[in-house]
Amino acid sequence: MGPGFAWTVAVRFLREGRIQSLLIIVGVAAGVGVVTYISALIEGLQGNTLRRTLGTQPHVVVKPFEEIPRPSLRAGTDTLARQVQPRAQRTRSIDNWQALMAEMRATPNIVAVTPVASGAALAIRGEASRSVALIGIELEGYDRIVALKEKIVEGAARVTPGEALIGVQLAQDLGVGVGERVVIRTGGTSDAADTFKVAGIFDLGSRDLNRRYVYIPLKSAQPLLGIPGGATNLYAAVADMFEADVTAARLKARTGAEVESWMDTNAQLLSALNAQTISTRLIRLFTAVVVMLGIASVLVVSVVQKRKEIGILRAMGATRAQMTQVFLTQGAIVGLVGSVLGVLLAAAMLWVFTNFARGQDGLPLFVVGLPLDLAVTVACVATLCGILAAAAPARRAAQLDPAEAIRL
Amino acid sequence: MNAAPEPIIELAGVTKRYGIGTPVETEVLHGIDLTLRRGEFAALIGPSGSGKSTLLNIIGLLERMTGGDYRLQGRPVKELADAELTSRRGDTLGFVFQFHHLLPAFSAVENVMLPALVKHGRFTEPDRARAMTLLDRVGLKDAADKKPAQLSGGMQQRVAIARALARGCPLVLADEPTGNLDTHSSDAVFSLMRDFNQEESVAFLIVTHDPRLAARCDRVVELVDGRIRSA
Repeated sequence: MGPGFAWTVAVRFLREGRIQSLLIIVGVAAGVGVVTYISALIEGLQGNTLRRTLGTQPHVVVKPFEEIPRPSLRAGTDTLARQVQPRAQRTRSIDNWQALMAEMRATPNIVAVTPVASGAALAIRGEASRSVALIGIELEGYDRIVALKEKIVEGAARVTPGEALIGVQLAQDLGVGVGERVVIRTGGTSDAADTFKVAGIFDLGSRDLNRRYVYIPLKSAQPLLGIPGGATNLYAAVADMFEADVTAARLKARTGAEVESWMDTNAQLLSALNAQTISTRLIRLFTAVVVMLGIASVLVVSVVQKRKEIGILRAMGATRAQMTQVFLTQGAIVGLVGSVLGVLLAAAMLWVFTNFARGQDGLPLFVVGLPLDLAVTVACVATLCGILAAAAPARRAAQLDPAEAIRL
Repeated sequence: MNAAPEPIIELAGVTKRYGIGTPVETEVLHGIDLTLRRGEFAALIGPSGSGKSTLLNIIGLLERMTGGDYRLQGRPVKELADAELTSRRGDTLGFVFQFHHLLPAFSAVENVMLPALVKHGRFTEPDRARAMTLLDRVGLKDAADKKPAQLSGGMQQRVAIARALARGCPLVLADEPTGNLDTHSSDAVFSLMRDFNQEESVAFLIVTHDPRLAARCDRVVELVDGRIRSA
């Protein structure tokens, strides 16, 4: 089989109207280029922003229930004065956390879960002491959720019993290096202290966190915090970041646990990202409309120009359906060729962006790639738009009265 | 003698009205009776506005009649849907128009193959062979790969005749085929149609203004004010 009537005639018609076809294909390429470039850029920038912001946070966290006061005098029964003070929240473990973890692992979208025991503490070396957030972890599991190992800048990524990982700033403040010792003391009811050897020093990309976070083995943290065998939080990572809230809600409904997603804790970031996403969608939509109008207007003109030829083809036995196909095919070809050129254009622009837009440190501002699935999707949508745009001209071509068309 | 060849078209009392239901309703054909048989070579003449083009369009299934009966190869066409009319048209009728009407995007040989492309959806080797034979017969074998714009008017019209015969249709409808050609080219085109008529029994119905050409046809149908004067 050959390529068919519609294809043969469509290709010839397009080749015949050289300038016209060229202009519209360039137009489609420009539109597709802009959409692809913007989409890839925004996707890349959002990815960057998320990685930077959430690089030190889990996507979903299970917390212990807050303690609420339960006054024995009920209000309303008698006339009495009552004042209820909120309870101070002590460090508590999540009830039955091992079972909860199994439950979480079985939840769709969740890809990794790890227990954490964290609380306030003091890091002391000689005369110097700093208040820190003590985080007891199982390094392998924790690293799957917050990539900690790759952030170690000195020493080893290792927390065997008796070892700790501390941040760059804290190391500076306390004047300790790898292999040296710090004392960790927790206050409050548990008031315990232990000595740890610094196994590695990390840089989380934030001075504040580098000063605050101290990682020690989970098993060492539990007694220090007064929760032997307990976990104060369960951290989870999800596959689809923007489904984190749904996953958290589902988990909460199923287990009754106190669950938060990154979307609750970073509401501002989320709304900024959403605003970006919406504006990207608007740009895509309007570009698609403009491109479709362009294709449609060129094809409408082409139908008028080719009235006689359409009439002759109809006289030779071409059906209305065949004439419709000729113009739909032209729309599809314009959309496909234009979108392939447009994707190449976008790839070129992104290459320039990545290679020439550099920060003050001389490194690329962002590394933005062109995801293959994005390119394929854009090309498919553009082709579909081309066919849609050709619908009206194609109908006109089909409805031409051949007798009238030939007479002109 | 043998019986008369089978009729290709049979028109009985065919009328055509325009602007039906409007104040300007006019009847341009008032009951046309006309039969054309296989191998006939007929001229259709008449003054401007006599309805020649309308009649040709109705015979060519490009326009629908208002009243009367029309059988194409014995089968009535009145009730047929558009798609059916289109396929009957492609199978039975070849067209030659006054202004050549070749498709400029296709070469001469491809233009001759167009009816086959419409039918089969592709250019096949047998189609190409037949197209080349036809081009050879109209004396344009060497111009096969030229685009219409590179051919003279007479050459284009010869390509158009080859195209009208490409599907082996029994009847060719020609609307002023020599209308804008010089005398020499005009004679060549006419002779070609005559040759195909005599050698392959293809029937021709030729609309013409030229009494000299009409006189060389076997039969003259004269249309005056929407009626046939002599047949």
